Amino acid sequence: MDSVVVHLHGAVSLLGRFPALAGVDLDVAAGEVLLVQGPNGAGKTTLLRACAGLVPVVDGEATVLGHDLRKDRRSVRRHLALLGHATGLYDDLTVADNLHFVARSTRHAAAPPVDEVLARLGLAGRLASVQVSRLSAGQRRRVAVASLLLRPAQLWLLDEPHAGLDADGRERLDALIVEASRAGTSVVMASHELERARPLATRIVTMAGGQIHTGTRAEVVGVA
Amino acid sequence: MRSGIGTRLLGTAAVASLALLAVMALVITPQDVNQLDAVRFLYIHVPLATLMYVAFGVTAVASVLYLWPRYRARKWDLLAGASAEIGVVVTGLVLVTGSIWGRTTWGVYWTWDARLTTTAVLFVLFLGYLALRRVGGDIDARAKRNAIAALAAAIDMPIVHKSVEWWRTLHQKSSILDEETFMHPHIHGSMYWTVLLGIGAFLLLFSWLLVNRYRLAKLEDRLEDEGLERAIAERRAEADALTGAP
Amino acid sequence: MLRDAVVMAGKDLRIELRSRVATNQVAPFAVLVLILFAFALDPDRGVLARAAAGLFWVAVLFCALLAIQRAFTVEASDGARDNLRLSGLDPAAIFLGKAGAIAAELALLEVILGTGVVLLYNRSLHGPVLLVVTCALATIGLSAAGTVYGALAAGLRVRETLLPLLLLPVVAPVLLAATRASEAALGGTTGDGWPWVRLLGVFAVIYMAFGVVAFGPLLEESS
Repeated sequence: MDSVVVHLHGAVSLLGRFPALAGVDLDVAAGEVLLVQGPNGAGKTTLLRACAGLVPVVDGEATVLGHDLRKDRRSVRRHLALLGHATGLYDDLTVADNLHFVARSTRHAAAPPVDEVLARLGLAGRLASVQVSRLSAGQRRRVAVASLLLRPAQLWLLDEPHAGLDADGRERLDALIVEASRAGTSVVMASHELERARPLATRIVTMAGGQIHTGTRAEVVGVA
Repeated sequence: MRSGIGTRLLGTAAVASLALLAVMALVITPQDVNQLDAVRFLYIHVPLATLMYVAFGVTAVASVLYLWPRYRARKWDLLAGASAEIGVVVTGLVLVTGSIWGRTTWGVYWTWDARLTTTAVLFVLFLGYLALRRVGGDIDARAKRNAIAALAAAIDMPIVHKSVEWWRTLHQKSSILDEETFMHPHIHGSMYWTVLLGIGAFLLLFSWLLVNRYRLAKLEDRLEDEGLERAIAERRAEADALTGAP
Repeated sequence: MLRDAVVMAGKDLRIELRSRVATNQVAPFAVLVLILFAFALDPDRGVLARAAAGLFWVAVLFCALLAIQRAFTVEASDGARDNLRLSGLDPAAIFLGKAGAIAAELALLEVILGTGVVLLYNRSLHGPVLLVVTCALATIGLSAAGTVYGALAAGLRVRETLLPLLLLPVVAPVLLAATRASEAALGGTTGDGWPWVRLLGVFAVIYMAFGVVAFGPLLEESS
């Protein structure tokens, strides 16, 4: 039970009336780094948000970190971290303010201190006391990545993690992903930047039409 | 889903009792000593005011049932909405009939009477509720939001009532006409029975409207549900087109 | 839970401290409203002084609307809402924190408005105890109800226009009771004020309790 971090079977999720997930079957083991690839509108973002307990799963089975999402999708949230498209930072607060708020609200005893996290993402020093509204898109992204480290995460859900980051930022992110998976964290990552993401992945699946395809043709389309 | 025999009987009963009410109210009952013919407003005003409380009571109870996990079902949200829609129309009519009555007896359309003021606040509260209902979003999310809004408004009603009542009693009373005579004209005999008949007739009308409005809402809902299964099938077909599976 | 509420309120107040929207925009607006009332009501015939309590609370109500809109605009982006839900903060604590921050801002605005009323409308202050208790309870009630409705309208496209329509009728008793109590305090007949204070207390308690219970479902509602 513990070794399976994510278990989805026939999972259906709706965005309004639109079935963004139309019966997903997926199992993710502990420490695995799973790359989900697929065209725009395939349902990758909704898959990640459903795993995070943000989007309800209305049909099928959905268990994440031992929590049945059909019954209760709230309690799983504090055990995972989601890096979404939107960074969700507070524009008026400084970089350090934002990270301090994450640290205080998650109450993760073993989390590294904010200063250390800032340094790991190259945000220490002057940048730390700059308001987020003055940052570039890539710098904001770095702050969002930094907040991953402050959460007691057994599961990282990364939506286009490389988007917007410069070469240095990508190096730092890749190092964090490798390190996290070595420490036993499972990573599910949706990405279009395959040449960047593929070396990190221990397994690759293809998503289309709100489903995960493991058939030979899908693999050929994805990998070739 | 055609309207059943029960609904049609209900409709017939409503129309028949309303016709009887018209005869009783306009022909058979006598004039009042003070209010003369204006007293006849009572026969629709009092039933409408009763209906107003019934309608919003139904909305409140249905909202509680929706929020109660054991009873949660979309039908409660639909019922709450149907009842509130009728309730807002009824409240509007209460204010209009009250104003016309006030004009003929008091000489003014509006007075800051405790009941009138409370009714006006109730009217605006539920206009807001209906405005909120029209805002889109995920169905279950919408239903939950509606139910919470209905309860937040409902718990305000006793406070509004109490505060307005104090406000008016601590200040001068209506000086145009003795309030007692106005609020409690000498109702007896046929007048008494006509008011009761009015309440009954309007309750029948309300039930009939509610059944039909609810049925319509249910049909709309089912239409959306049937769309869903097709949408899932279409969504899966998208994938087949991409991966080339049969 | 109290600790979470403090974290949340601290964050919101820090945002205000850094952005200065409350001090640079809402407070001047409040003073402007006081001046506009003077234009609308002839200051020479004493109408202004007699209506001072009511005008004060109408101005507070307008400022409260702005403060509530603002408090939920900062959480409006998709990501911020997600982060809040993922944060592990108790929804009840989020409610208490947000309401607390709004109450703190309102209290500051009330001090500014109160000073304005004394100076501009030429009213002297009597019954300070009654006045302070009235302000405290009315502020708690306004922030609690405002936070509930702010969250209710937060995810919606039409929130700017919907919030006043939803909130103002609900807080009508607060306006009524706070005005009567303040009038009693200013007029020196404090005995008349205390029943209204009780009503304000009941309102505050009811909407605090409602918010604590309802905020979880409210936060979840938009997915």
